[in-house]
Amino acid sequence: MDRFLFLTFGGLSTGAVYAAFALALVLIWRAARLVNFAQGAMAVATAYVGYAVAAATGSYWVGLGAAVLAGLLLGALVERVLMRFVGHANPLNEVIVALGLVLLIQAVLGVVFGNGYRPAPAPFDTDALTVRGVAALSPYDLWVLGAVLVVVVLLALLFTRTPIGLRMRAAAFAPEVSRLLGVDVGRMLTLGWALAAAVGALAGMLVVPTGLGLHPHAMDLVFVVAFTAAVVGGLDSPAGAVVGGLLVGLILSYVTGYLGPDTTPLAVLVLLLAVLLVRPGGLFSSARARHV
Amino acid sequence: MTAVLEVEAVSAGYGPVPVLRDVTFAVPAGTIAAVLGANGAGKTTLLRTLSGLLRPTGGRVRFDGADLRGVRVERLVRRGLAHVPEGRGVVAELTVEENLRLGGLWRGDRADARRAQDEVYELFPALARRRRHAGHQLSGGERQMLALGRALIARPRLLLLDEPSLGLAPKVTAQIMALLRRLCDDRGLTVLLVEQNVRSALSVADQGVVMSLGRVVTAAPAARLRDDAQLRHAYLGF
Repeated sequence: MDRFLFLTFGGLSTGAVYAAFALALVLIWRAARLVNFAQGAMAVATAYVGYAVAAATGSYWVGLGAAVLAGLLLGALVERVLMRFVGHANPLNEVIVALGLVLLIQAVLGVVFGNGYRPAPAPFDTDALTVRGVAALSPYDLWVLGAVLVVVVLLALLFTRTPIGLRMRAAAFAPEVSRLLGVDVGRMLTLGWALAAAVGALAGMLVVPTGLGLHPHAMDLVFVVAFTAAVVGGLDSPAGAVVGGLLVGLILSYVTGYLGPDTTPLAVLVLLLAVLLVRPGGLFSSARARHV
Repeated sequence: MTAVLEVEAVSAGYGPVPVLRDVTFAVPAGTIAAVLGANGAGKTTLLRTLSGLLRPTGGRVRFDGADLRGVRVERLVRRGLAHVPEGRGVVAELTVEENLRLGGLWRGDRADARRAQDEVYELFPALARRRRHAGHQLSGGERQMLALGRALIARPRLLLLDEPSLGLAPKVTAQIMALLRRLCDDRGLTVLLVEQNVRSALSVADQGVVMSLGRVVTAAPAARLRDDAQLRHAYLGF
């Protein structure tokens, strides 16, 4: 029972990171109808920036701010100079361009920072606190859960309560109608990419110190898991991304804990396959067809 | 009476296929012009070209005397041109309230946008009762009211309407036509209306522009098209 609780708490904490990362994927999917396969590499690049700034200034928090800012800029840049010019005739175009971007980013990181592991100190203790003899969450886990919760709430407020959020939603759902109503759809798309990459940057900063280490391929498996989480929740649903992330985090924590870490990648694929077979739209997919 | 909209020898199409050829007509301020014609005559393409969604391959569109060439679509609403596209253009995922707010977001004058929104609810009480409903939950008539109301929030001087009667009960169509007439007479709104429903369009229009295969075959006062049996037979087929 203690072990179960321990795995549950651990699963929630890693699940929160998957949730944030899945949320970043969903943001871009909703805005641009494409899965950003470069999300992981982009997040690693911003984490490098974050830890470089943290090392230079001696402050994790300045580094975190720098990473999120770098995410905003990188996301906008990728949309403005790359994705905007990719033809939409074939959905594979965007995938291939994104995969090319992954190679480019990882190569540049290797050239600039080297391919080895770099230190990525956590701002809080990562040892689990023991409550009445049961190992529960570490202070770092609490920080992760809190940070993701704040981001989710802020994004929800942005999209449902602000004019810019209304514009972004409208531009995503009905670009042509939005243009006729004076919405600069191109700018909303850039903003969507910037926001998504910033959320991805935060997720990267949160996940790197949890035993992953900082290296150019740090987010490869995280991306696969987060993609699974986004598909589990339904690519169209921000709430689904959060629930999917937590769910996948829990499932993987139990699998790793009871069956051993070697089975984790396998479990991810089985889960992805199961969701695609049973409910391809994801748990939170709305069954209704779009009719305007 | 000055023309709000002047269409001069406009050609347009999709790719290499020309749809509009040499289209010329003008709509005087405060009047309703109905563009009539069979399916495939180029009526929707005409509206899409006028609002900049489609780039003309030739000719010129003037709005209030100014050439619209190179003006971006999202700027047009600021100049006073509103386009309600075919299929009504309600954003199905947003609520009635959000759709209406969206229509006024570009306006600097928030208070007046708010006022315009209240006016829409007064004009269409059915919408006021369904504020929190999503667009996809509305009936066809309610959607048409919402799309029209949302366009009015911009307080446009020129309204382009694509098939407002499509799929609506005759009674609702009549109400909407009467409303358009009132807006023209009271507020000086100018309307360019694309319609398949020739009778109801001609019942409110001042001018009829008959199109066939991408060309204007005749532009005449609506009363003449309505009453002159020969004209009606020749161009409208009834």
